[in-house]
Amino acid sequence: MKTAMKHLDEYRDAETARRLSVSIHREASAARRYRLMEFCGGHTHAIFRYGIEDLLPANVEMVHGPGCPVCVLPTGRLDMAIRLAKRDGIILASYGDMLRVPGSKGQSLLKAKADGADVRMVYSTLDAVKLAEANPDRDVIFFAIGFETTTPPTALAIDAASKKKLQNFSVFCNHVLTPSAIAAILEAPAVRELDRVAIDGFLGPAHVSVVIGSQPYEFFAEEYHKPVAISGFEPIDVLQSILMLVRQLNEGRAEVENQYIRAVTRDGNLRAKQVVSRIFELRRDFEWRGLGHIPYSALRIKHEYASFDAERRFNEPYIPSEGVKSCECPAILRGAKKPTDCRLFGRACTPETPLGSCMVSSEGACAAYYTYGRMRERKQ
Amino acid sequence: MNIASRSSRLTTHRLDLGAGRVDLTHGAGGRAMRQLITEIFHSAFDNPILKRGDDHAAFAVAAGRMVMSTDSFVVSPLFFPGGDIGSLAVHGTVNDVAMSGARALYLSAGFIIEEGFPLADLQRIACSMGEAARSAGVMVVTGDTKVVERGKADGLFINTAGIGIVPPGIEISGDRARPGDAILISGSVGDHGVAIMAHRTGLEFETTIVSDSAALNTIVADMVAAVPSIRVLRDPTRGGLAATLNEICHQSGVGMRLDEAAIPIKPEVLGACELLGLDPLNVANEGKLVAIAPAEDATALLDVLRGHPLGRDAMVIGEVIPDPARFLRMATRIGGERIVDWLAGEQLPRIC
Repeated sequence: MKTAMKHLDEYRDAETARRLSVSIHREASAARRYRLMEFCGGHTHAIFRYGIEDLLPANVEMVHGPGCPVCVLPTGRLDMAIRLAKRDGIILASYGDMLRVPGSKGQSLLKAKADGADVRMVYSTLDAVKLAEANPDRDVIFFAIGFETTTPPTALAIDAASKKKLQNFSVFCNHVLTPSAIAAILEAPAVRELDRVAIDGFLGPAHVSVVIGSQPYEFFAEEYHKPVAISGFEPIDVLQSILMLVRQLNEGRAEVENQYIRAVTRDGNLRAKQVVSRIFELRRDFEWRGLGHIPYSALRIKHEYASFDAERRFNEPYIPSEGVKSCECPAILRGAKKPTDCRLFGRACTPETPLGSCMVSSEGACAAYYTYGRMRERKQ
Repeated sequence: MNIASRSSRLTTHRLDLGAGRVDLTHGAGGRAMRQLITEIFHSAFDNPILKRGDDHAAFAVAAGRMVMSTDSFVVSPLFFPGGDIGSLAVHGTVNDVAMSGARALYLSAGFIIEEGFPLADLQRIACSMGEAARSAGVMVVTGDTKVVERGKADGLFINTAGIGIVPPGIEISGDRARPGDAILISGSVGDHGVAIMAHRTGLEFETTIVSDSAALNTIVADMVAAVPSIRVLRDPTRGGLAATLNEICHQSGVGMRLDEAAIPIKPEVLGACELLGLDPLNVANEGKLVAIAPAEDATALLDVLRGHPLGRDAMVIGEVIPDPARFLRMATRIGGERIVDWLAGEQLPRIC
């Protein structure tokens, strides 16, 4: 553990941070703005937790993206999970951060649990498989959400259940794809026509690229002429990546650069990609909260593994739901608005009483802004 | 009178402390309960006030201000690296009393025991309480025992209440922090919470961290003797340093600014928190205190803290600032600034 922490300290070093900050201040041209979207909620969290914006000049702005799996899950899908959990004989296993997320009509998995539904919090997909083995007379459904980082563990759980010939284990699959969401943001009318959230470059999440590689981003650099820096999650990683993007923009380049050379390769993790492609296939259409319907932006379980697919097995219908009316989560998730633009932020909607998904997950922009940055509002 | 000989007159057999278990008769008010109390609790807490065997404790009081506090303990697991529910129940209440600057004197102890609880474990916990009380210089002078049916309590719950006396001239309270005051911590934060989490079923990972559970009354006695101008003392238990300082900001109507680089955190604790996605500032402590004192007395106070075995790693970690919004801010290690907030939502349950 000691060596691991020594390794971490390097990426949180004050002097290195100061030097990077000086370089960004020196190199960012006063004549323009640099609007950089950090796609991933993990980056949003890091930016606020370490106060990274205080080290940036005013014309280098971070735009918070939709890369928070809890935040982009549409209320209708959560409602499906709640209805599944309430059925007789079901144990619904979920990662802890889904339990408090508000569904429609004030429902949540936690409230369903209090009402008698058997909802269990698990730390890993394999714990859900163990639950199924320990409860042969019950049907265990694993509520799977997340981007490319959480997909391989779900694939491994299905693979394990298949090898064990488990009859009572299935997955309610909500896995979504990072590149599709970035494309949707670049295609969004707010971005193209109104020029309100013109985005100059992207900070790509390193952990996603550990799995899928840096190659899937080459399309954005090529097609949309937006530079991408694949970035780690420590403060030094983020500052270094911002500097890389500033330099690319100054030089008129739009390339995929890899800041996280300590773990990311162009092709990613082949074995993880193999197990994912063996078990999952592209879903023709998936609704994202805030971004709407995006074609081929999510995964579903292949026909060969249909018996492990909770959607096929339990035939629970998808009923779209609107969520709270005055909640600005949809615009915040596109980077079109800031949390403080929402009338509910910090008043009716707080981490204790979340109305929108961006306030629920610690990776959501509203929660990060409220928890770490709400004194900034007064400063300005 | 010899306790063992008295109890042998009441019952024919001694408690089977090897394989015996608590049953409902141990809480029914009859001979079995009497035997449990004398053989386990009286012998563990041995003192003349308790030994009189009354339903109350009578003792003489000095003139001045008295302090009283109570706390219930439901920690799971009952035994953890660095302590157990018994020592925790003594330290927790002694510390709550001591945070007024008082000298803690007497404790009460109430036990809610689940039917089937091993007598050996009960004895081990009672002895650990007795030991903790003796080394803290307090006496457990009155108590209560209840046994509930299986499934109605998780093994054992303990409530303790404590009484102490504040020395003359000492005025310590959470509403007395003033802009310009220095904020001190007596040592590294997060040890207790991480030790418990590391030990909990389903979340086990290897760590060498032990709970910091300790009675802080002797260090407080040194502090108030040397620096009577101390304005606030508090032990950052549940909710960690973040919750404690936010409470004081609200009570005193001030803001605070911390220096992240100055806050002592053990590398193992930081590593475990990374792994679990926790902020060490939200993690519980059971043997640390926060002190707020006028800036000119900070050096003297730091010297006293560092001169005591429980304060060797003490640091000045920030200052009180004027702020109508009462924000607890922190200069981050890399030179940014952020809020340190109360923990939102679910904390890992039952850490104390």
